[in-house]
Amino acid sequence: MKIDASGMHFAELNERVRACEEKDIYIANCVGQRYIGTGLADKEIAVGGTPGNALGAYLNGARIRVYGNVQEATGDTMNGGQIVVGGSAGDATGYAMRGGKIFIRGDAGYRCGIHMKAYKENKPAIVIGGRTGSFLGEYQAGGTIVVLGNHTDGKPIIGNFCGTGMHGGEIYLRCGQIPTKLPAQVRAEKIERLPEDAAELVREWCREFGQEEGAFVNASYFRLTPNSDNPYRQMYTVN
Amino acid sequence: MLPKEGQFRDPSGCAVTGVIDRSGRGMTGEGMIEAISVMHDRSNGLGGGFAGYGIYPHYKDFYAFHLFYDKKEAQEGAEAFIRRHFEIVYSSEIQTRKLPSVTDEPLIFRYFLAPLPQKLANSHLDEREYVARCVNRINAEIAGAYVFSSGKNMGIFKGVGYPEDIGRFYRLEEYEGYAWTCHGRYPTNTPGWWGGAHPFGLLDFSVVHNGEISSYDANRRYIEMFGYKCTLQTDTEVITYIIDYLVRRRGLTLEETAHVLAASFWSTIADKGEEAKEQETLLRRMFPSLLVTGPFSIILGYTGGLMALGDRLKLRSMVCAEKGDRAYISSEESAIRKIEPNLDRVWSPAGGEAVVFELYGKGGLAR
Repeated sequence: MKIDASGMHFAELNERVRACEEKDIYIANCVGQRYIGTGLADKEIAVGGTPGNALGAYLNGARIRVYGNVQEATGDTMNGGQIVVGGSAGDATGYAMRGGKIFIRGDAGYRCGIHMKAYKENKPAIVIGGRTGSFLGEYQAGGTIVVLGNHTDGKPIIGNFCGTGMHGGEIYLRCGQIPTKLPAQVRAEKIERLPEDAAELVREWCREFGQEEGAFVNASYFRLTPNSDNPYRQMYTVN
Repeated sequence: MLPKEGQFRDPSGCAVTGVIDRSGRGMTGEGMIEAISVMHDRSNGLGGGFAGYGIYPHYKDFYAFHLFYDKKEAQEGAEAFIRRHFEIVYSSEIQTRKLPSVTDEPLIFRYFLAPLPQKLANSHLDEREYVARCVNRINAEIAGAYVFSSGKNMGIFKGVGYPEDIGRFYRLEEYEGYAWTCHGRYPTNTPGWWGGAHPFGLLDFSVVHNGEISSYDANRRYIEMFGYKCTLQTDTEVITYIIDYLVRRRGLTLEETAHVLAASFWSTIADKGEEAKEQETLLRRMFPSLLVTGPFSIILGYTGGLMALGDRLKLRSMVCAEKGDRAYISSEESAIRKIEPNLDRVWSPAGGEAVVFELYGKGGLAR
């Protein structure tokens, strides 16, 4: 079913999406409507235009595809399902994500994957084609973030303060050297071969965006994980 | 009477947007109204406003004062003050459109002014300083009168309501300017009042702001040493004065000003190249009390240009875009797409990174 979102308030748009009996929905002319697909489990939603903040928040198994850019807090507290973004994503993408996958063709903003977590079979993943802003994986507690560095603007693959407060999960960066200082509590190791689960995420990203797998899968990466040899020694003051 | 700003804590949500045609072609205020309406839900109807640049070409050599008066006596007091300091070239009530959604408006007047030459000479002040001090005195000393716009060939239009309604209230479709900024307000702990809406202006500087400044009092105490009066006690007002102080009075470039307002962390500065390290260290040491902390994204308007700036942690969103001669700044990309679906370039500046768009070849402030 096609829904023309021109001039439609987000409440009405989301009501129509939820009420739709068909599985496949195409939202045309989207301009800033928030919360699209929130909590949905069984829909396939494609979005033309620019959806608003918190796209796919609490997503619970549904699949969302956006052809252009998305704004802030995409996949906020997402539980399962998949969000595919053909352009770039704003800040706090995958905020507190608990499951499912987000694939971004271009860049992600600040605080991507902040507070991601994993539990048993729920293991969230974000794959970013280009670069990210500062605070990537801040307070990350679980799940996988992969940054492919396929951007062309010459800027560093990550910004400052990557992995600050990280205590679980892993971040993979496809680059020859890490451009910024990492916190002492993050361990960075160069790997010549991706572990199979991360490699499969990269292959999925390549399939989504029609990219040759070779350059992305057979590349050297840095793997960032919490460094248990160097625990957080300070709460609010030195203790 | 409801308490005003400052008698309340005021953390805000808000939306900001701006556009400039760098070739200098005029645009009516309609585009901004359309763009901000996309971000309707970022505001709550308690404040909206616009700044337009190049809108008074026939009076471009005169200071255009826009004033709110709570009551007639305030108008008498303010006009007596104005006549003692300026020649009034033209004055009138600002034409508005009655709307059911915009209520309790104050009296709103506009004056085109030239400083009285003898008075200005006797003051031993530079002309713009003379005008700025007059603005501060009216706002601080004349109860119920408030100068909310005081630049040349520019004007601020603001009030209590949703920004779309405020734009129609002021009939902004009848004004043409080469640049506009706009603000939708979400004050959560205050009733909101006409003077507290954004933009805040002094001379030709105007600031729209989304965020909440943690350093407000530290900034205010410092800036008040230089004769500024923070009469409204809202954080945006102090940003306007800081920019006026650094750019107009201290002669800093906009980029330098950005390094003061949104200084990099010392750890970030330590990793920079020698030249940048030296410059940013100097600026942090010279103006430590003008570092603005807490979340903010602002658009500064001035004669010939716009500047976008976000806090160094990027706690508020900000998107820039270009299409031909036009450049856009917005809290959300969707607001830009609403008025220009096909953009040449869209990007998000980093936290603390100033983005400046200026009229071509006019030798603006960016240098």
